[in-house]
Amino acid sequence: MSSLLQMLKPKTKSQTTTMFAWALIAPAALVMFWIVLWPLYETFRLSFTNSNLGTLMGGADFVGWENYEKAIGGRKFPAIVTRTFYWMFLSVGFKMILGLIGATLLASNIRGRGIMRALVMPPWIVPIAIGCFGWVWLYNGHFGLLSNFIEMVGITDGPFSFLAYKQSAFYSAVVTDVWIGTPMVTLFFLAAMQGVPKDLYEAAYVDGASRWYRFRRITLPQIMPTIVSMALLSAIWTFNSFEIIWILTEGGPRGATTTLIIDTFKTAIFSYKFGAGATRAVLVVLILGVFSVIYLTVLGRLTKKYNYGGVQK
Amino acid sequence: MMDKYSLLHKIGIYASLALFILFMLLPFVEMFVASLRPIDHLFSRPKLEVGETMGFVDFMSRFWSDKMSFQAYRDMWVTVPQLPRYIFNSVFIASAVTLLSMCFIVPAAYAYARFNFRGKTTSLTLFLAVNMFSGAVLLIPLYKLLRSYGLLNTYWAMIIPGVAFLIPTGIWLLKSFLEKIPYELEEAAFVDGASRLYTLRRVILPLAVPGLIVVGVAMFIGAYAQQFLFAITFNQNRDYMPLPAGIFEFIGYQTVLWNEMMAASLVGVLPVLLIFLFMQKHLISGLTSGAVKE
Repeated sequence: MSSLLQMLKPKTKSQTTTMFAWALIAPAALVMFWIVLWPLYETFRLSFTNSNLGTLMGGADFVGWENYEKAIGGRKFPAIVTRTFYWMFLSVGFKMILGLIGATLLASNIRGRGIMRALVMPPWIVPIAIGCFGWVWLYNGHFGLLSNFIEMVGITDGPFSFLAYKQSAFYSAVVTDVWIGTPMVTLFFLAAMQGVPKDLYEAAYVDGASRWYRFRRITLPQIMPTIVSMALLSAIWTFNSFEIIWILTEGGPRGATTTLIIDTFKTAIFSYKFGAGATRAVLVVLILGVFSVIYLTVLGRLTKKYNYGGVQK
Repeated sequence: MMDKYSLLHKIGIYASLALFILFMLLPFVEMFVASLRPIDHLFSRPKLEVGETMGFVDFMSRFWSDKMSFQAYRDMWVTVPQLPRYIFNSVFIASAVTLLSMCFIVPAAYAYARFNFRGKTTSLTLFLAVNMFSGAVLLIPLYKLLRSYGLLNTYWAMIIPGVAFLIPTGIWLLKSFLEKIPYELEEAAFVDGASRLYTLRRVILPLAVPGLIVVGVAMFIGAYAQQFLFAITFNQNRDYMPLPAGIFEFIGYQTVLWNEMMAASLVGVLPVLLIFLFMQKHLISGLTSGAVKE
């Protein structure tokens, strides 16, 4: 490696550094080009063709914007996009709130918190597919715990299949998605809370600030960067969440849980319409890109305007 | 004194935590109970007289009966003879993904943590943007890619995409760990005439072990969790199937052997749960010791 660098004869120290750094990054970057960027380009190209099972490896016809017109003009498309965003906001909102509550509780100075921190992690550790089997059984109308429970409490007077009705299937999927996503959010919020300098709390305590006040004016502003980035990451993952919905409902009943990503998978893999599927994939990327830019811009503005109150380090 | 709570406060904290943990563990409890119940008991509703509504005792009868046993844990190996193979595949794929991805993550994270160079911020942002493209979006071209290399229906079909989609998160996590290693140590090594690679190997890596463990465990968990999608689209060969895909074999034409399926699920997640149990102290304290601080 060092002889390679000598051969390239860098002129200044900063050039050596740049070259060395890039040599270290190159392997990872190459994998990204190979497995992510090239397929992304290929998806883009496919989205303008009528590629299907017969023409997968070549020979598909270029059809221009036809796929896009069909996808966006489709009867179900507006509903699917709305549903996807509703799914994302609802699920991410609950993950953030539960994560914040959980992290605050787990950060408090009580006995047994080490064990309790470990006990909230399983939904994150266990493969998503396996956690979902548990939920499929929980949601079972005749034999599932939840149905039996609400029957005992008297909410229903017979079996209730959570995944069989449009509304309940959608919200059941949200609950499962929140269940899987919350532990990681909790862990990262907890991590951020541990990083808040202790003397800030002590100073506020000495000044007689209440616990709630300290949370609002010290903890929240201090961990705001983590909340902001976790919310964006979580939003992207939730938007793209596939396995949970697929295992619970496969997008049904009657499309009630079909989000964009499920629609993409169904079109591409189940109906073998690779071109039309690729179009939906491109739309997913575009929508997420626009959403991320808007999110970051709006937040940047808000941060400038309000400066998030509190104490700066 | 600041951290002292009143009794009422303490009860509140414990009660809320109990609720929180109940939500997180409920499906596993239900899976365990289901795995103990014989299939006919599983498919029986609490016996109610005509006109009678379900009471507490009826409800609780689903949780215990004389017939409960660990029989499903014996039968499942007969119903799905390939089960040990599926569990092995899951562990094997996740381990391979972890090892391979670390080979890419460590040098890159080191570069981002230590050097200022042209294109640093841009390339780091691009890495993070990869998170926007889930595997599900890129399935079709990935399928083509793997097919043209003849890798469909091999372990590689699940390992390669697994590695690629874990690298960005891994770099981001490890970078924040490496940033905490004091730069003076490296300078001292430089002054003594050590080369950069020597410094990386002999000074940085030993100090980075806790961080490496945390990132490694996080990668393993991620790799174990994400197998399903790639397995059902890129692999038809039952010999290479990981557990989350193989477990569907319990769903038969006539009935679903839920008790055996739940038993197999619980046994199948044991490897990753054990790793987590041994590592959780490092993992949680490693992540919470300020890894996410800017």
